[in-house]
Amino acid sequence: MATLIKNKRIAPDSWQLLSPAVDGGLSELPQSGDWIVPLTLWQAKRAAHGGRIGVLLENTDDPRVLAEDFDKLALIAVRFPKFTDGRGYSIARLLRRMGWQGELRAVGDVLRDQLFYMTRCGFDAFALRDDQDPQVALSAFGDFTAPYQAAVDDGARLGSARAPSKPAASALSPW
Amino acid sequence: MYRYDEIDQRIVAERVEQFRDQTQRFLAGTLGEDDFKPLRLQNGLYIQKHAPMLRVAVPYGLLSSAQVRMFGHIARKYDRGYGHFSTRQNIQFNWPKLAQVPDILADLATVEMHAVQTSGNCIRNITADHLAGISPDELVNPLVWCEVLRQWSTFHPEFAFLPRKFKIAVSGSEADRAAIQVHDIGLQATRNTQGEVGFKVYVGGGLGRTPIVGQVIREFLPWQHLITYLEAVIRVYNRYGRRDNLYKARIKILVKERGLAAYREEVEAEWAQLVDGAGTLTKDIVDDIASRFTQPAYRRLPKEDSELKTFLSAERAFARWHGRNVHAHKVPGYAAVTLSLKRPGVPPGDVTADQLDAIAALADKYSFGELRVTHEQNLVLPDVEQRQLLALWREAKALGLATPNLGLLTNIIACPGGDFCSLANAVSIPVALAISERFENLDYVHDIGELDLNISGCMNSCGHHHVGHIGILGVDKNGEEWYQISIGGQQGNHASIGKVIGPSFARAEVPDVIEKLIEYYLEHRDSAEERFIDVAERLGIEPFKKHVYGDTHQKQAHRARQLATA
Repeated sequence: MATLIKNKRIAPDSWQLLSPAVDGGLSELPQSGDWIVPLTLWQAKRAAHGGRIGVLLENTDDPRVLAEDFDKLALIAVRFPKFTDGRGYSIARLLRRMGWQGELRAVGDVLRDQLFYMTRCGFDAFALRDDQDPQVALSAFGDFTAPYQAAVDDGARLGSARAPSKPAASALSPW
Repeated sequence: MYRYDEIDQRIVAERVEQFRDQTQRFLAGTLGEDDFKPLRLQNGLYIQKHAPMLRVAVPYGLLSSAQVRMFGHIARKYDRGYGHFSTRQNIQFNWPKLAQVPDILADLATVEMHAVQTSGNCIRNITADHLAGISPDELVNPLVWCEVLRQWSTFHPEFAFLPRKFKIAVSGSEADRAAIQVHDIGLQATRNTQGEVGFKVYVGGGLGRTPIVGQVIREFLPWQHLITYLEAVIRVYNRYGRRDNLYKARIKILVKERGLAAYREEVEAEWAQLVDGAGTLTKDIVDDIASRFTQPAYRRLPKEDSELKTFLSAERAFARWHGRNVHAHKVPGYAAVTLSLKRPGVPPGDVTADQLDAIAALADKYSFGELRVTHEQNLVLPDVEQRQLLALWREAKALGLATPNLGLLTNIIACPGGDFCSLANAVSIPVALAISERFENLDYVHDIGELDLNISGCMNSCGHHHVGHIGILGVDKNGEEWYQISIGGQQGNHASIGKVIGPSFARAEVPDVIEKLIEYYLEHRDSAEERFIDVAERLGIEPFKKHVYGDTHQKQAHRARQLATA
């Protein structure tokens, strides 16, 4: 079971990942417990569940299909099949822009050295790959203290936002 | 020069510590090879044939003499006494030890430098016209905009794992000297009819296996929206760019497969969500970044220096150098000077530690301590008083930096090639050297006139062979090195991709083939003003081809006869 880091701390994990049925067909939504289910299953059976439900997005899915479902979901997970496949970062930003405020969890090939970027894109929970040392992973959040560009975490801005005083005139004009 | 503030400095310091930690975990075995590889690449560190290769960023080509001295120090302390300027305004060191790379980065940080995003599938070093800010034909000074983009793209959290590398170039002049049409995004800084600054945006250009000239996705993008618009372009690419095939992963393939109109539509839809939001530039932001650039304290000088004219008529070799390597400056009485890193017997772009020190001294003495790197692998002293040109020429000549060949055949662009690079199919540098030797006679080279000759050791096209008037590409045939020759490529406003003239040649044949092409050109140009590229465009490749291969076949028949009678 992968270690979970949530809100920058090691956290207990009540969620289980529902794998697709062996025959490739749809399973039923479980009636109790906290389950992360594939998007297709959610879309087919969305009305019939009892416990808390989260949806797993593959990085080829369009997050906009969940726009109407936010109030029915307790979690959205995005799978990283390989950490070098960066589609999940854009999906996270889109979900946050759409107004998703609940837990946004990165699952799959989730490694220490990407946690800083993932956080800035809107992920707040990380199911680490099995071989990752969770204590080492926690140090990732402090990799940088003053990012240049705006992101989901609303970090520092370019130029004057970090030096709000009136800038000195320069001989070099961009105008 | 752009000077770091406390935040810029802190970011590079944190980067050094981050990379030191990553390197230590890798060496200790707790960070696996596959997990480390993309991290070291995003720090410009390749594992090459002989040793790691470290590529240091020179943002938009601007350098101070202190930075150049630091290169000399790094070359001596950690390398084998030299560095190599690349075709993307960076410098590469070919022999560092992995364990020492964090120390090299710490040394670089002391002079406001780093190796951030000089490789990997992220937004790479932003490149610019090497005469940015000083050229008289400039519409907008692009330097501040380059720095805006440097800050925005540095450690961009969403775009660190794109389908493939992503290169952005900016030009602010009428004449494009930054090759913007062969970049993933090319930005032409310009003005609208109200005189407001904005950008003409090209997308989907690139060289490599599928060379494509970029297309205009937006005619005029007001400056306020530079970042939000680029975010939209790259977000669409990040989501839909191909990841199944390394050779089809660049944005140019996505734009080509979807069609420009469809791509533009997707970008506009995404941008509609971002426009005027966070990331929108304000005058305060841009002025603040502009205020951190220093400007030389130019003296008031007459437009033309009278002594210079006398020197030019008295000293022919000086006049020749002046004609090729000295460029007009927007400030009266000043000029920009190219120090050539191309001379017979030396790999293009290579520079020794001693030369680096000497170059830094020249910059201090003649050019306010500033320099530029060009994408043609030369250095520029940007702010030289015209009356100092003769003295500078004498010193540069003594240092072997005054080859008067800018724009000429022997100003060869070449990648490091198979001698150093593990991607290469074939060597580049020995081919460049053989050609320079063949064309040693300067009078002849000047008579041939303007000619870009570019060499790449493989399809990755680091030597920009597709846009050479003559391009040479190393190919592998059953484990042997062969060379494919193309003609008719060019960079700049009329960018075009060269066409291959026919089957490839053995390495030893290449100088002969180039000579044949030149011979045909000289016979058929209508005047000395008609350049090689003009003749290639006017006549097409067929007659050149016939001249080269017809002759080769005759020669082979001749050789066969000789062998038969031997």
